[in-house]
Amino acid sequence: MADLFDGYPLGQQWDEMFAAPGQPRAPYTGLFSSLQPMSGEELAARADVLSQTYRDAGVTFAHAGEEQPFPLDIVPRVIGHQEWSVIERGVAQRVWALEAFLADVYGAGEVFADRIVPRSVVTTSAHFHRAAHGLVPPNGVRVHVSGIDLVRDEAGDFRVLEDNLRSPSGVSYVITNRAAMTSVLPELFGDHRVQPVAEYPGRLLAALKASAPAGVSDPTVVLLTPGVYNSAYFEHALLARQMGVELVEGRDLVCSGGQVSMRTTDGQQRVDVIYRRIDDEFLDPVHFRSDSVIGCAGVLNAARAGRVTIANAVGNGVADDKLLYTWVPDLIRYYLGEEPVLANAETHRLDEPDTVEWVLASLDQLVLKPVDGSGGKGIVIGPRADERTLEELAVKVRSSPRDWIAQAPIGLSTSPTLINGRIAPRHVDLRPFAVNDGTDVWVLPGGLTRVALPEGELVVNSSQGGGSKDTWVISAPRPAVEPAPEHDVTRIEFTTEDLSVEPPAQDPGPPNDNALAQSQQQQQATTTRMAILAERDGGGRGSAPC
Amino acid sequence: MLSRIAESLFWIGRYVERADDTARILDVHTQRLVEDPWIDEQRACANLLALMGAPCPPEEADTERVLATLAFDRASPSSITGALSAARENARGAREVLSAEIWESLNVTHNALPQQRTMARRYGPHSLFRFVRERSAMVFGLADATMSRDEGWLFLVLGRSLERVDMTARMLSTRVLAGDAAPSWTLVLRSTGAYEPYLRTYRGAVNSSRAAEFLLLDRLFPRSVFASLERAEGCLAELERANVREGHRIGVAGEAHRIVGRARTMLEFMQTDEILARLPARLDELQRTCSAASEAVTNRFFTEQAPQVWVPEGAG
Repeated sequence: MADLFDGYPLGQQWDEMFAAPGQPRAPYTGLFSSLQPMSGEELAARADVLSQTYRDAGVTFAHAGEEQPFPLDIVPRVIGHQEWSVIERGVAQRVWALEAFLADVYGAGEVFADRIVPRSVVTTSAHFHRAAHGLVPPNGVRVHVSGIDLVRDEAGDFRVLEDNLRSPSGVSYVITNRAAMTSVLPELFGDHRVQPVAEYPGRLLAALKASAPAGVSDPTVVLLTPGVYNSAYFEHALLARQMGVELVEGRDLVCSGGQVSMRTTDGQQRVDVIYRRIDDEFLDPVHFRSDSVIGCAGVLNAARAGRVTIANAVGNGVADDKLLYTWVPDLIRYYLGEEPVLANAETHRLDEPDTVEWVLASLDQLVLKPVDGSGGKGIVIGPRADERTLEELAVKVRSSPRDWIAQAPIGLSTSPTLINGRIAPRHVDLRPFAVNDGTDVWVLPGGLTRVALPEGELVVNSSQGGGSKDTWVISAPRPAVEPAPEHDVTRIEFTTEDLSVEPPAQDPGPPNDNALAQSQQQQQATTTRMAILAERDGGGRGSAPC
Repeated sequence: MLSRIAESLFWIGRYVERADDTARILDVHTQRLVEDPWIDEQRACANLLALMGAPCPPEEADTERVLATLAFDRASPSSITGALSAARENARGAREVLSAEIWESLNVTHNALPQQRTMARRYGPHSLFRFVRERSAMVFGLADATMSRDEGWLFLVLGRSLERVDMTARMLSTRVLAGDAAPSWTLVLRSTGAYEPYLRTYRGAVNSSRAAEFLLLDRLFPRSVFASLERAEGCLAELERANVREGHRIGVAGEAHRIVGRARTMLEFMQTDEILARLPARLDELQRTCSAASEAVTNRFFTEQAPQVWVPEGAG
């Protein structure tokens, strides 16, 4: 009865685990041999423990106003180290290009002058904020945290589905998923060298501190949340706790004289960096929606005055717009002079009348996405839509083609998932998270694999009630290490690397005799490198007693 | 520490203590109904409801009403279930300062309430009371074991202590005010968890003035009014310490400290006979002290966050 994966159906799409029935792909061989002997019931029993852990810890996602546990599937997703290094490079490359683009949009605008991207694309975007023009962040970083959504197509190649540069959520589940999995399936971790994810909060805090206004030696970072009713509140609390920073709401902040402070029991305390998880529109009632009660009035002026850093920067939305997405490969070539490592999904802009007509004619074979939508809202998947939806869609597209892009449907890859005590294929995507500290873009090894739990469902989104999987990036095997030579405490070895290449500029005078004499005796007694040392030493200092 | 978080911790302390004390009181009450053959159920229930601040017409009062109001009412923070939910809601907003264990313990408690309620309806409420006592002990135990002794801790203990003063005073009032439907002193002692310490202290025989004295004035029993006031005063003194450093020389710095300190001094330096002679008035005073102190704490520490109204230019 055992044999968990028997009868697992393989479809047209790429399957993450199996190349052919019963034949796991290389990164999965260990997982396969560990799980295969288990029965569905045993795995289901462990899955119950897993979900109980989540309920107890209050790992939730507020969906449609209700606090719900975020389902975690027990079968992990595994990514080999070679595949991962492609993702890592591709994501970092994209982040650098988009950073450059944002700096350009809110600065000189060369990309428009060079006719790479039409200016209208940016100025018609709802996320372009004039208020951010000329606001140069202290260390130049606008995209402190990003989540680049990837999917794997039928050929097994990762493609970028969309960029999230505003406040991508989900990283807390990456951290809690790992913690829960290690407690429920410890033996699996014993057999694999899975790269850890717990570093993330530390990396994020370092990046936030690095972005503090100049001249602040020990910056105070706060995490600004819309409050407990926000869908990602769990994440805000977890990150604040693990970074050891205050989790503030808009009403906790006060801005006066261009300085942002928080109200504490000891009076007001200065704030230097705000990692905000509030949309631009709600951030500052002075500049944006004046009816916002979750923001803090005056915070943008304080940022313009260079007194506080807002992370991620205001106005990043122009660069993760679904329409701009179609230009990102060009931006990578333009700013970095490189070819994109990760390709886009095949996408059509509706800017030419011919394209619009062609799209309208083939609505039933395309995926239409609203440019401003996020979280899977408003997407119409042509091959699955009924007549009426398509007719309504055609009317909307004809009236404002700028609001839509058309994509050829991608057969999202599938991954084995525990459904009602049985393993079945479900569609997955991947959101790697990248942290930019100004000198380096660090990609969290793993990222969030989201899984669409209803059979055949293609929209994989936590706001659409999806689940997630722990995502394992397997470390590269260590280069074979020679057995360490037996340690001999009496032996001190020097190599030429131990010596500074440049001779010291000033002669420090005769070295301290005792220590030097002692070490030299040992050298004489033991090593043949003595000659080199003496030569160097003598040559460099000119005075070594040798 | 953020004012909003401080307020949450203060109220977590109050709500968890309230759930604990209410569970103890109800447990004794339901046992008494079963054990005492001469009890007038209606009057006992009406008294209890009035005492806990949820009066109802005497003819409607019965055990079911008592349990519905004081144990199962999810909407009211005076009921066990409501208080625990409110504590958990506060903890949800303060998750980054509470230790993960405290949060988890409150969350598990909250999640288990529906099941506990069903169990209580089926097998009698005792299991629920036991569960609540254990869970609140766990929350405070975890706080004791995992929280730094910083402001957060002080606010939590302050809330707990003030709530305890209030609840013990209420419990004493039942005995003093209710006349012949009143529970015996033994029961009053039991419902504040003081019965066994009392017996060990006075070696047997429960005597009315001794029992009242014990619950009001004992320095060593942690649930006595005096001990709780002293604890609250200690927290306030610690919280106000900055003012002492800054050279505040007359009296105490905060209004809350003054209110609590005065009540404590009254108990400490007044003769026991004098207190007992006017017990009803004293108890009433103590309850008012608690609400005044709570208000003063709010004004002093939490109102930094008075809601702010933003009027855009031109919309004036």
